[in-house]
Amino acid sequence: MIEGARWKKVGAFYIPLWGFIILLLFPFYWMIITTIRPDGELYRPWNARNYNPFWTWNPTLEHIKLLLEETLFTTWLWNTLLISLASTAISLTCGVFAGYALSRLKFRYAGTLGTGIFVTYLVPQTLLFIPLADIIRNFQLGDTPWSLILTYPTFLIPFSTWLMMGYFKSIPKELEECARIDGASRWQAMVYIILPIAVPGILSAGIFAFTLSWNEFIYALVFLSSSEQKTVPVGVVSELVRGDVFFWGALMAGALVGSIPVAVIYSFFVEHYVAGLTGSVKG
Amino acid sequence: MASASTATIAISTRQHSKTGLLEDERWFAAALLFPTAVLLGLFIAYPFFQGIWLSLTNTRVGVPGEFVGLRNFIKVWNDDIFRTAVWNTCWYTFVTTVFKLILGLWLANLLNRHFKGKAWVRAFILLPFIIPTVLSTFAWKWMFDPTFSVLNWILYHLGIITKRINWLGEPDLAFTSIIVVNIWRGLPFYAISLLAGLQTISPELQEAAAIDGANAWQRFRHITWPLLLPVTMVVTLFSVIQTFADFQLVYVLTGGGPANATHLFATYAYQIGVGTGLLSEGAAISLAIFPVLFVVVLVQLLYIRRVETR
Repeated sequence: MIEGARWKKVGAFYIPLWGFIILLLFPFYWMIITTIRPDGELYRPWNARNYNPFWTWNPTLEHIKLLLEETLFTTWLWNTLLISLASTAISLTCGVFAGYALSRLKFRYAGTLGTGIFVTYLVPQTLLFIPLADIIRNFQLGDTPWSLILTYPTFLIPFSTWLMMGYFKSIPKELEECARIDGASRWQAMVYIILPIAVPGILSAGIFAFTLSWNEFIYALVFLSSSEQKTVPVGVVSELVRGDVFFWGALMAGALVGSIPVAVIYSFFVEHYVAGLTGSVKG
Repeated sequence: MASASTATIAISTRQHSKTGLLEDERWFAAALLFPTAVLLGLFIAYPFFQGIWLSLTNTRVGVPGEFVGLRNFIKVWNDDIFRTAVWNTCWYTFVTTVFKLILGLWLANLLNRHFKGKAWVRAFILLPFIIPTVLSTFAWKWMFDPTFSVLNWILYHLGIITKRINWLGEPDLAFTSIIVVNIWRGLPFYAISLLAGLQTISPELQEAAAIDGANAWQRFRHITWPLLLPVTMVVTLFSVIQTFADFQLVYVLTGGGPANATHLFATYAYQIGVGTGLLSEGAAISLAIFPVLFVVVLVQLLYIRRVETR
């Protein structure tokens, strides 16, 4: 009876759980093993004899070296970092202000504006990239980091506003009122009393915004053209594939190194990230 | 406590008469909303109307166009590749959503149990969702490689296949591969969001039902599912929009090929609008995303309304 229950648990719980884990993580393992494997082992036909694709006894840093020394990868890393930080900063400022106004101040059209921002939250980048490319050209912003620093907030602000609104609503109104009785202005009450309490929410929004802008692809693909301006995702796609030739070792090295910054930030703030993710869904 | 705080409100409204525009609630709100309004107006509202205008002209890159009415839309409608893209996009959205929902629910239920290393598993499982999609899709492209595919190696050594499978080389198979990668990428988002929903459901309800003799399926059907429905709704609607407007997966895996068989709206719009420079036609194609977006937003708003009452 007890034995049976244990096997049932293995069958209904551990096997499916491990199945999910292996399927979800295998591509990352594959990325890592490809990165450190010499070319001679990589390009062996899939049905070659005595060939174990999952392990190598001759690890090499050749691909990473090629990536860092012979491509503009480090430039792309800096570009991506700069663009992500700048657009996150802009979006957080705007999102925190807007979220505060919409959740804690009384004025006409507050509801309509909140709904409006929510609707823009749902607009996918692929709906607007063609006219936006035209506008970026007209503003003379094409092929500069500004084209992304200014457009990324279009999908980051709505989301941070929405998240912050939910967060601000949970803070009691009396706090500001007390501060204002003590002589604080509205601005001071917001900056010194409410924002410090809202730091966890701001952190969640910030981490989420940073990873979103690090991962953005289509705007970066369309708005940037010269190699030195590209971000990691676009650089890896367009510069490491020459014609029909894929340099898989270097490509996987690029994918791996390009993912590390997000992965590190994520690992430090998993709880905040998950709070941002679920908060953005629940509102 | 409650009476004390109402008293302070009464005092605050009477005594507070600071000068300055920002002390007025409406002006303060306007000032706080101003930067957001400028950015969203400039880079969402303006391009939206610009997109509609573009789609009604014959603009190309570098060539200012003239008004041509609905000619682009008629041309697009009679375009076989566009029709394939319509069908692909709908099918893609439908299939992946069903799978992500079912598998996500399953995974969320597994993660809702207590076991050793739960926090680690939960953190690692989100990786496909947080790693830049383009980069992880390249890992898949490498796994689907016609000559060096590790998937072929596995299937061959398990004795399932004897000849290689050209994963991205044939239209139907390529599209299935794309669907698999989308499910792989989106599943963690469903699982973690649904898990958050599950955790708000009190285990006592389950226990009470179990004592009353409800089996596992009945408990899921009559307790978990109804309570989880709001979260499920929102998660699904979000994901439907993202999937419907997807670009990166197809762009990296097949670029719309072979023979334009795997295009979605966004990749086809890119090919026409950016690849060949027919801005107006490209704009018309990407506007095709709009009706679906509109319906989803409408459903969403009707749903959100009750949350938003303040």
